[in-house]
Amino acid sequence: MRETTLTSSTSTLVHTTLPSTYQKETLGGRTEGGRSEGKGRIFSPVIGSTVLSRTVEPLEYYRRFLKENCRPDGRELGEFRTTTVNVGSIGTADGSSLVKLGNTTVICGIKAEFGAPPTDAPDKGYVVPNVDLSPLCSWRFRSGPPGEEAQVASQFIADVIENSQIIQKEDLCISSGKLAWVLYCDLICLNHDGNILDACTFALLAALKNVQLPEVTINEETALAEVNLKKKSYLNIRTHPVATSFAVFDDTLLIVDPTEEEEHLATGTLTVVMDEEGKLCCLHKPGTHFPSVSVLNM
Amino acid sequence: MAFLDFRGGSGRVQIVSKRRATCGRHSWSPRVGACVQRTHLVRKRALLGGSNKPRLHVGSGAMEGAMQTESKIRADSRTEPGPRGPGCSLRHFACEQNLLSRPDGSASFLQGDTSVLAGVYGPAEVKISKEIFNKATLEVILRPKTGLPGVAEKSRERLIRNTCEAVVLGALHPRTSITVVLQVVSDAGSLLACCLNAACMALVDAGVPMRALFCGVTCALDSDGTLMLDPTAKQEKEARAVLTFALDSVERKLLMSTTKGLYSDAELQQCLAAAQTASTHVFRFYRESLQRRYSKS
Repeated sequence: MRETTLTSSTSTLVHTTLPSTYQKETLGGRTEGGRSEGKGRIFSPVIGSTVLSRTVEPLEYYRRFLKENCRPDGRELGEFRTTTVNVGSIGTADGSSLVKLGNTTVICGIKAEFGAPPTDAPDKGYVVPNVDLSPLCSWRFRSGPPGEEAQVASQFIADVIENSQIIQKEDLCISSGKLAWVLYCDLICLNHDGNILDACTFALLAALKNVQLPEVTINEETALAEVNLKKKSYLNIRTHPVATSFAVFDDTLLIVDPTEEEEHLATGTLTVVMDEEGKLCCLHKPGTHFPSVSVLNM
Repeated sequence: MAFLDFRGGSGRVQIVSKRRATCGRHSWSPRVGACVQRTHLVRKRALLGGSNKPRLHVGSGAMEGAMQTESKIRADSRTEPGPRGPGCSLRHFACEQNLLSRPDGSASFLQGDTSVLAGVYGPAEVKISKEIFNKATLEVILRPKTGLPGVAEKSRERLIRNTCEAVVLGALHPRTSITVVLQVVSDAGSLLACCLNAACMALVDAGVPMRALFCGVTCALDSDGTLMLDPTAKQEKEARAVLTFALDSVERKLLMSTTKGLYSDAELQQCLAAAQTASTHVFRFYRESLQRRYSKS
């Protein structure tokens, strides 16, 4: 990990002439002398005799780093955070996983229950994803009904399941028209440090691979379902979609796996979901300018 | 409704000049009062039924021969009324502005059989909890045709809101709110694109300052790779992938994209190129409709 020497983020040390020099800074986009240019990776954002604070002007602070092609936490622009996966930790769920992308933590629990198949598709079961962003994970969320971000994330996960055809819904059917498996996937975010969509997709995939469904037979005499808990089988996962999120800065820079601060400062975000064959399942780009189509090719 | 957008800025000349046209007959001065009076007069006249200013503009939207891509183009062979011409073309579209009296701006956009009604309120008072100190708070509400709004509507609202945020000059109206309300009147395919178009027309009607206009275009790819623009509901259902793009009017930049289904990278580029060509026609239609509206006042 690269060391970066900076004033602490809680300091509010600001030179008294900051406003006027600052104006020139942001308008001109050029820094005065005194900036250490490319001297290895020990970098301090000093302009003249002023010290830039993370809390006072976060965007300028970030721009200093981006000019050197790195980020405050020491990563390159195209580098992901360390990813940790833990599968099968929840005993009461049929399948579970815990994914950590740096500090972003998402836990996924899948419960399989019986349900009637939908009338327009009698030989298919269904998957019901739900993303829960509680006040625990970030100060931005309040308790109560799901907010906009949670709903958008839930819809995104539902789209990924639908588009990538991660499981064949016919596999979930037990008896056509009468009984089918319904998989309730609950994705709970424990810590929101950006890039929630990637973490949720990953957690869902890991949990689905961990799901074990017991064998069910329909008793012809009583027409009841008999569940054999001793005999369990894994789900047939057909594809492995992987989501990658980018944050767009100043319409020119794409940075991978943004943290919450970076997402907030960025001019836009882009999420691409691809499966193993290189087919795109989802290109989610909610708004803001995008420089050119060629950037999409990257 | 503030008229601060009159103070120069080349990017906004398009919108500004339209407003100026309405004030041409008065001795116009850059005060808030002057143009407001004129708009009220116009509205009053319209309400009293005295205005013969055309509000409805109908465009054919056909674009034969405009396709530059090498994609296979299938002629539309539906049996619905008003079939499209040979080649990959957009459906018949129509737009009506200023049809509601309460919102600051309203528009109804029709694409084939898909129809969306949009109303814009703003810049208006904003709740303290939602206010942003340096720009306007944009809110989008999308009401489906039947039933209560669900998670899918929320997701679409987010997409439309982010697109509007990219073009609306919110910095001119800090600590205010601009609300766009969309009501789906009928859904026959390409709904999100129609919503985007209606929202853009409504924002123009409300006089909200924008840096560019935007439009929505939907592409559908069927199982053998044929590209269809502006698909109907049936075509969308049978397609392998449906891609919706929002493009801006200045440089045809991609503002928003959302996709459904599986497709390859090359197909994405193809669809994007086709959408960019189609957007020229939509923007031409916008321009014609606005010209017609303001030329007879």
